[in-house]
Amino acid sequence: MALKGLDIFKLTPKTNCKDCGNPTCMAFSMKVAQGAISADKCPHMSPEALAKLSEATEPPMKTIDLGGHKLGGETVLLRHEKTFVNRNVFSVKLRADMTDEEIDSVLEELKAVDYERINERMYAECVCVDCGEDKARAAEVIEKARSSGRVLIVKTRDAELAASAKAALILGADASNWEAMNEAAKAAGSVLGVSGESLAELHDTVEKLEAVGNKNLVLDLGTGDAFKRAVQIRRAALKDGDRSFGYPSVVDTAAIAPGDPVLQSELAALFVVRYGSVIIMDRMTYAAALPLFGLRQNIFTDPQKPMKVAPGIYPINGAGPDSPCAVTVDFALTYFVVSGELERSGMPVNLLITDAGGYSVLTSWAAGKFSANSIASFFAEQDIENKLTTRTLILPGKVAVLKGEVENKLPGWNVLVAPNEAVQLVKYMRELKI
Amino acid sequence: MSFEPKLRAYTAPVFTVEVGSGERKMTLGGESVQPLCFFDKPDQPAPLIGVEVSDIGFETEGLPELAAFYAGADTLAARAVKAASLPGASFVCLHFEGADPAATNKSVEDCVAEAKEAVAACPLPVVIAGCKNIEKDTALFTALAEALTGENLLFLSAREEDYKAMGAAVALAYGHKLGAESAVDINLAKQLNVVLTQLGVASSSIVMNLGAAAAGYGFEYVASTLDRVRSAALEQQDGMLRMPVVTIVSAEAWSVKEALVSEDDMPEWGPREERGIQMEAVTAAACLASGSDAVILRHPVSVEKTAALIAALM
Repeated sequence: MALKGLDIFKLTPKTNCKDCGNPTCMAFSMKVAQGAISADKCPHMSPEALAKLSEATEPPMKTIDLGGHKLGGETVLLRHEKTFVNRNVFSVKLRADMTDEEIDSVLEELKAVDYERINERMYAECVCVDCGEDKARAAEVIEKARSSGRVLIVKTRDAELAASAKAALILGADASNWEAMNEAAKAAGSVLGVSGESLAELHDTVEKLEAVGNKNLVLDLGTGDAFKRAVQIRRAALKDGDRSFGYPSVVDTAAIAPGDPVLQSELAALFVVRYGSVIIMDRMTYAAALPLFGLRQNIFTDPQKPMKVAPGIYPINGAGPDSPCAVTVDFALTYFVVSGELERSGMPVNLLITDAGGYSVLTSWAAGKFSANSIASFFAEQDIENKLTTRTLILPGKVAVLKGEVENKLPGWNVLVAPNEAVQLVKYMRELKI
Repeated sequence: MSFEPKLRAYTAPVFTVEVGSGERKMTLGGESVQPLCFFDKPDQPAPLIGVEVSDIGFETEGLPELAAFYAGADTLAARAVKAASLPGASFVCLHFEGADPAATNKSVEDCVAEAKEAVAACPLPVVIAGCKNIEKDTALFTALAEALTGENLLFLSAREEDYKAMGAAVALAYGHKLGAESAVDINLAKQLNVVLTQLGVASSSIVMNLGAAAAGYGFEYVASTLDRVRSAALEQQDGMLRMPVVTIVSAEAWSVKEALVSEDDMPEWGPREERGIQMEAVTAAACLASGSDAVILRHPVSVEKTAALIAALM
């Protein structure tokens, strides 16, 4: 919990010496409480007091670096309250008792399902190896997983194996083995995943690890009541200031719903929306990836910054230089709706996405970001008249008012107006006579 | 000090809306915990799953499982009975796609005849969905509401443009329940509830259809609208936002590229049916996590798996 000014005042020498640049110790304390200055500006504060203060001003949830991917660091329970900060990562799962063929097929699929969507790379970032009892086999599978180039996670309770794996994350510490696993994680430079029979036991184990100086942890939600744990842990961290639960989480949907890819995807969706940081699944097929990566991209969008697509020419249904153009804005939602309907029409068309600040058609028009001028300058920047031979341009129905101006700015172009709603585009395109 | 989780239950639950009559009845809403947080308070109602059937039958190219499931069910009534047989289904949604003047423009009389037959045959409560054409839906819903007086159906939905006619006919004159449809915006949702209530429609007759989007297609707006509506209901006890929420997932999920494109066009994506099921299932789970009291789904597999998800969380 954040300290109040008066709590901080109690830790100061109360001498009003002004060495910190403030007139009184009370004034200094109030500024520290607001976060305006840091407590170490006071040269007379005892190290114990400073330690207490720095702990109190720490963020409620730590940000953990998992092989270059930031996890956690969240400040709100619901995204509209501010924003979610760090998107979750996905992992596929290899079990040491799988055959080489099975393992290769998971890894090949992992490599194949890797694409771009609205300026972001869509792929499963991690490979998790469930080590089992046979250490020699586990070591082989770990090497196979490492060769994928993805972030390595090992699931084992064997400290020796854990240390030698040099994985980004070791899943396997609990109340009985935390000391040995802690040593292994420290030796290998790995993040340590901690589990518990109950949340109380998990909390105790985390406190013990923190007491010996390990704060590079993630919390394993287990299989029995993972959703309940995810919610209670995140609430405790963000609402009740419980620092020992202020860590990212890891959930193994493959262990909760073994052999059931659709249920694993539903669980993954649940944990994308609510408090999963590392989400493990048996495999990452295109069928699962398309909705899950899209969902993740949506949920981790900052509500204050609309999602934008890059301006440019997007040929649809095999459009060539002689296919008509349809112009719209770079708001991602507009792009998806319009391109989807144009695709459904089956008619070749070049969709032109202009830079409109990421706003919808009417909003950007009202803000002057989508106008005859902006369309004309887009045509000049993209060199449309040389790249395309068509001279037909379709405007969104909602800005029909721009028709005359656009005709003036783009002489030689046949300017048409589409219907108001995207859903009417299919019919419109099919009936379009040029 | 041992960790003690703080439970978070609220005093004012989401309103309940009763749909159906006689043996086939269901209650939407009534929970006083955050979405799916059944651990916060005992005896919380589970969210419900509705199965969508179409009056003209679904297009099933590349969907052999769906086609096989409805094989031989050539009437709306037969399809409704089939849908109701799915484990995990709580209600059936009759979707009158064919009434759309831009599609087959089926007459109101034909729709009424089919609906009467389907309602008589279906062992589960029935929800009616229109064709999205305002004029046609108004005429259709008015006729259906009259023809099925006493059945206590839920009609999806009344919009800003037609709430007066719908509210007067469907809810006030013939005593059915009404969905209030708004476009993924908490203020529009509240406004529609306000005007419907001013018209005289009781809050116990209104469910909210807040709109939907498939995962990846602006779902952040859906998630945050659901989050905010539920917070307003539970935390601020806003009487104009305490109605239960029904989300039509099927139509959104099955109309995006990922669920439409054939395997021939996108061989690396794999079978169309698998993609459609995953899109529908993922979207349904995300809606439930954000606060939908009921989701309407199309494919038997997504119905089964969504029911399994809810059961695992209860």
